[in-house]
Amino acid sequence: MKPVPQEPRRDHMFLNMGPSHPAMHGIIQIHLELDGETIVGSQVEIGYLHRGFEKTCENRTYTQVIPYTDRLNYVSPLINEVGFCLAVEKLFGLNVTRRCQYIRVLMSEISRITDHLTCIGASAMELGAVSAFLYLIKARETLYDLIEEVSGARVMPNYIRVGGLKSDLPEGFEERTRFAMGEVRSVLDETHRLLTRNRIFVDRLSGLGVISAEDAVSHGFTGPCLRSTGIGYDVRQAEPYLVYDRLDFDVPVGETGDNYDRYLVRMEEMKQSLRIIEQCLAQMPQGPYQVDLDGREMTPSEVIEGMKAKPPLQPIRQARIRLSPDLEGTEKRSVQDVVADDKTVVFPPKEDTYGNIEGLMQHFKLVMYGHGIRPPRGEVYQAVEGGNGELGFYLVSDGTDLPYRLRCRGPCFHLMSGLSTMIEGETVADVVPTFGSINMIGGELDR
Amino acid sequence: MGLMEGLDNSVVTGRLDSALGWARKFSLFNLPFVTACCGMEYMSVQGAHYDMDRFGAAFPRFSPRQSDLLMVVGTISLKMAPVLVKVYQQMCEPKWVVSFGVCTISGGFYDNYCTLMGIDRVIPVDMYIPGCPPRPEMVLDGLQKLQEKIQRSPHPLTSGERHRDSPDSSHRA
Amino acid sequence: MSSSPTPELLDKLAERLGPHLLRRDAFRGEATVVVAPQAWLETCRFLKEDPELAFGLLVDLTVVDLQALGGSPRFELVAHLYSIRKRHRIRLKTPVPEDQAQVPSLTPLWKNANWLEREAWDMFGVRFLGHPELRRILLYPEFEGHPLRRDYPLRKRQPLVAERDVEEPRSMVSEPVRYPVDPRFKTFGV
Repeated sequence: MKPVPQEPRRDHMFLNMGPSHPAMHGIIQIHLELDGETIVGSQVEIGYLHRGFEKTCENRTYTQVIPYTDRLNYVSPLINEVGFCLAVEKLFGLNVTRRCQYIRVLMSEISRITDHLTCIGASAMELGAVSAFLYLIKARETLYDLIEEVSGARVMPNYIRVGGLKSDLPEGFEERTRFAMGEVRSVLDETHRLLTRNRIFVDRLSGLGVISAEDAVSHGFTGPCLRSTGIGYDVRQAEPYLVYDRLDFDVPVGETGDNYDRYLVRMEEMKQSLRIIEQCLAQMPQGPYQVDLDGREMTPSEVIEGMKAKPPLQPIRQARIRLSPDLEGTEKRSVQDVVADDKTVVFPPKEDTYGNIEGLMQHFKLVMYGHGIRPPRGEVYQAVEGGNGELGFYLVSDGTDLPYRLRCRGPCFHLMSGLSTMIEGETVADVVPTFGSINMIGGELDR
Repeated sequence: MGLMEGLDNSVVTGRLDSALGWARKFSLFNLPFVTACCGMEYMSVQGAHYDMDRFGAAFPRFSPRQSDLLMVVGTISLKMAPVLVKVYQQMCEPKWVVSFGVCTISGGFYDNYCTLMGIDRVIPVDMYIPGCPPRPEMVLDGLQKLQEKIQRSPHPLTSGERHRDSPDSSHRA
Repeated sequence: MSSSPTPELLDKLAERLGPHLLRRDAFRGEATVVVAPQAWLETCRFLKEDPELAFGLLVDLTVVDLQALGGSPRFELVAHLYSIRKRHRIRLKTPVPEDQAQVPSLTPLWKNANWLEREAWDMFGVRFLGHPELRRILLYPEFEGHPLRRDYPLRKRQPLVAERDVEEPRSMVSEPVRYPVDPRFKTFGV
């Protein structure tokens, strides 16, 4: 790869950083033009993790795309899944249940915290603060335990489905989440004590990697990097999706657009995410637990009337089929509160699949090739607030069960396009904290 | 022929082999060639919860000249393959390669125009750790199996058998 | 929640474009405007600089290949714009024919257009006139072809390093499959 063709000056040195470099997160190559130790020009080469997400997804059904979206921003996978499923649901014009929306917000915020923990941990480690890395990874483990309880896998949960979720939250999730939040809070406090006023950390971060607000917008920055320059654009507040309009949270905004501001914005965002999680746990509707024989939710007055009847009406519907434990998560009590009321999109609970012909047909129509989830023809763009900014999914559907074109707008792509601007004029050693503060995630960057 | 050719598998060379194997397996300097999502589990394994330091493989040495265990973590695209081969060739012997995650074993579920379907198409691999991503316990299990392999592998000092990549080695992994 | 600009603003845009406006769509609360390729740069400039529209953020720029839908012209260049101040979005499209796949570049207006257009060139082969250095970004220069085009096979690899032969995993089913298999099953190596 040659740098931009100009007559190279004889006294400048050309240095190649990466792609196999400890601080380049494995997949970025930066060609630096150095005057001594100062960077006078740079060129960033990406694409070393291009995995063909968009082309592959043209050959997968909508549910099969979900594991691929997991691996886009692999530190906050649930946010990607939510974004994609919201896009498909927008095409359908489908609304999911309130409980499902709260759970999606809860899981998104847990993912956002893991994203910021990893970012700050990795960038602290690259500066030599290995203890901070170990503490933050320990906090991340508690969150991974939560995600594993809910979905079965630590890192790639594959939990969100079009029209709802894979299954409801397990029993006792609320206490364990509160415990995990306590752990995360104490780790964040420790990290603050270690890093925020640490002379070395502040010296290495503040005043460097500066980008002005106009440049940031021109480069398409969104997320913490844009907010560190002073522009308070957050998709959760500008275009609220799911239940963010019912939740009360602040969006931290920096001032100078340097690395230190980005660090502070991320630390504060984690606190706000914890706040959101607490509100979700408090506000989450418990879902109908009393349904009558037709499966309709009973109002309390109906329950009372039913109780007065002789013989008393059974308020809780009993499952007619006894299922084996292997189908955990697919029984009626695990899914009825969190899936939308649309037979063409969601799977029936297993009791119905094996129990009656309507359930069997519903299952069949969703599983067989050529059938499946078939949104109407059209195109939508759905933006969600990812860990790094506006994560957008542009989905073009031709009415079949495979997406015609699925485009992921990864925020890192735009952040990296601004990296050259940010490192110009600094020394080689400053590339490391600057690059770390952008939180480049390869899956999102190269797709 | 080796140093102890006259002694041929005697007790002395046997003990020396084990001693060398023991020393090598508990002082692995890994080069984490991290590209993608498996890096998250790699970080977890390095962290305090599922400590890799207990097994002696704590210190990542990011230079191929200083490391002996190449852990290829994450999908290798066709654009990255030459870089991987170059890094592998820059390592000194003895060296071992761990293929971490299904993307490095066989391409994972990225069967398309830009993914290398398994790093064993371009470099020899000693240990395959499947999973997408593998749980940290699986990684530690794989690491222990690799350590057993290192323990029992012949050493040029005692047996005359060269490491597999040397000019006159007759087999290729 | 609709993120589309108000109808008055869309009418203002339509008036400004005149005959270059090919189509206007609204679907699920989103506004789409299709313009002729000659007016591409001017439309984007107007959308960015007009104080009422104020679309300062180029969110995304991509191409859709309509070949499998029988669309003509073959490509459609799609840009998503967002206004942070006004909180509205718009989708701007322009048809790009296959034989003359070139459009003016948006690099004078937005800096991230540089990389976005390089990606569109890399994946689809659409040229951008006036781009400072239009070369591949996600793939390597030795790669031939444009992979996201519909006629590029998914599995056609162009390796850089010589690969040794690895036996493809053979099916462990001893009897031949008798029921008619959907050709799309091949995606799973069955």
